[in-house]
Amino acid sequence: MAMTYSEKVRDHFAHPRNVGTIEDADGVGEVGNAVCGDIMKMYLKIDDGIITDAKFNTFGCGAAIATSSMATEMIRGKRIEEAEKLTNKAVVEALDGLPPVKLHCSVLAEEAVRAALEDYRSRNGNRSGT
Amino acid sequence: MSTEKYVYMDQAATTRISDRALRAMMPCFTEDFGNPSSLHGAGRDAEAAVEQARARIAACFHAEPSEIFFTSGGSEADNWAIRQAAALGAKKGKRHLISSAFEHHAVLHTLEALEKDGFEVTLLPVHENGLVRPEELEAALREDTALVTVMYVNNEVGTVQPVEELGRICREKGVLFHTDTVQAAGHLPIDVKAQNIDMMSLSAHKFHGPKGVGALYVRKGIALGNLIYGGGQERGRRAGTENVPAIAGMAAALEESLEDREAKNARTRAMQRRLMDAILQIPCTRLNGDRDRRVPGNLNFCFEGIEGESLLLYLDLEGICASSGSACTSGSLEPSHVLLALGLPAEVAHGSLRLSFDETNSEADADRVLEKLPGVVERLRSMSPVWKEQHADQQSFGEKRE
Ligand SMILES: Cc1ncc(COP(=O)(O)O)c(C=O)c1O
Ligand SMILES: [Zn+2]
Repeated sequence: MAMTYSEKVRDHFAHPRNVGTIEDADGVGEVGNAVCGDIMKMYLKIDDGIITDAKFNTFGCGAAIATSSMATEMIRGKRIEEAEKLTNKAVVEALDGLPPVKLHCSVLAEEAVRAALEDYRSRNGNRSGT
Repeated sequence: MSTEKYVYMDQAATTRISDRALRAMMPCFTEDFGNPSSLHGAGRDAEAAVEQARARIAACFHAEPSEIFFTSGGSEADNWAIRQAAALGAKKGKRHLISSAFEHHAVLHTLEALEKDGFEVTLLPVHENGLVRPEELEAALREDTALVTVMYVNNEVGTVQPVEELGRICREKGVLFHTDTVQAAGHLPIDVKAQNIDMMSLSAHKFHGPKGVGALYVRKGIALGNLIYGGGQERGRRAGTENVPAIAGMAAALEESLEDREAKNARTRAMQRRLMDAILQIPCTRLNGDRDRRVPGNLNFCFEGIEGESLLLYLDLEGICASSGSACTSGSLEPSHVLLALGLPAEVAHGSLRLSFDETNSEADADRVLEKLPGVVERLRSMSPVWKEQHADQQSFGEKRE
């Protein structure tokens, strides 16, 4: 019953991309809670409606770290409107799948991106770009 | 005997079979391969192998051979003892069962099933140190208590329960006492008579025997009901052709484990001290379970601000095999019921690490853990939002963390 992660998950877990914080982020989103065991915090830099940088901090399992890493990769360079459409399904597919019991951890990545974009919009009077 | 591929610090999960146990098993596959129930020579040889193993195992615990019943392992022995002891009690109108809050799931889930059948279950608290208090057992006993089952050694935190005293209290009140000794057998001396044990569960793969074999000790005179109906094996109580090689391997492994036990334990205890002292130097780290009243080969820590599964995966990348009670390793949202029973908040319980080791681990294994673990903890904390929020001041000023 050992849980096996795909090579891609293992790679993103062992070498997570975009770990860190952005001091002057334009949008920050934090989701999850420590009681459930996974927390994700996403930082976005947005320029002219385009996500120019994305970084994350995650407290969580291997799946949580790998999905955070993959999600930041998938939204960097994207327009806000595109990034908003990111689903956990797309993140999981990009990672070549997750064990079924781990799917709930991947939902956080989608939610963290949404939360950071929401934060950006509320700071900018709900406009989609600056 | 340490496997070169890994540093194996997960001996409480399972162990490598010992060479001696393996050697004891081989002839049972090839020469004494008969069915112990057969009348012919091949059958008689196999039966002799089983009965010899039974006698040798019984002797290790000061029990009679007729009190040992082979099973497929610890879970089966737990299920059998508890279900049938409950049935015995129910015949006399006794439908109350007592256990502890941090038993193995083989016990807890059996009790839950019995609750659905109308039994009432009291779980004794295990307190911050992971120990059941005999006076609390005394207070929990009732006229209609059918069974008390408390594990000898907890599998996650390694704490050693006061079994002899718990057994004495039950004996005085005429209540059956079962103990899951899966994590104790082969590591600590067990005397079923001196320790007032009515029933106990054993599993061979925790003491360098094969997997899928164990035993239930049932004191003479206890009319425990059958587990499996069929042929006359195990005196009719657990039918099915015996797993002769595994049974022979179990006996050999148990005897070997108990040889020079004190010297082995002293050595393992020294490794425990060394690992504990060094690991507790990592900031915001706590030891779970009583410091002294634990088996020599167990350490269990919580590292604040990190999650257990990712800790295990990073250790695995370094070739270190360990275990955790984190939710995400078990596929549930709840962290270990054992750590919660010790009163740890859920967010701390998620970050646990169990190292379990024995005489087959080398000092080099301990060196490797001490070389890699602090860096792994540091790395995970550096990417943890929880850690950063709690320790923002220390981070920015570079001050020492408490
Ligand atoms: C305390 C305890 N009881 C029971 C078991 C189950 O034993 P087995 O794997 O032989 O069924 C284990 C092992 O996981 C254990 O640690
Ligand atoms: Zn998770």
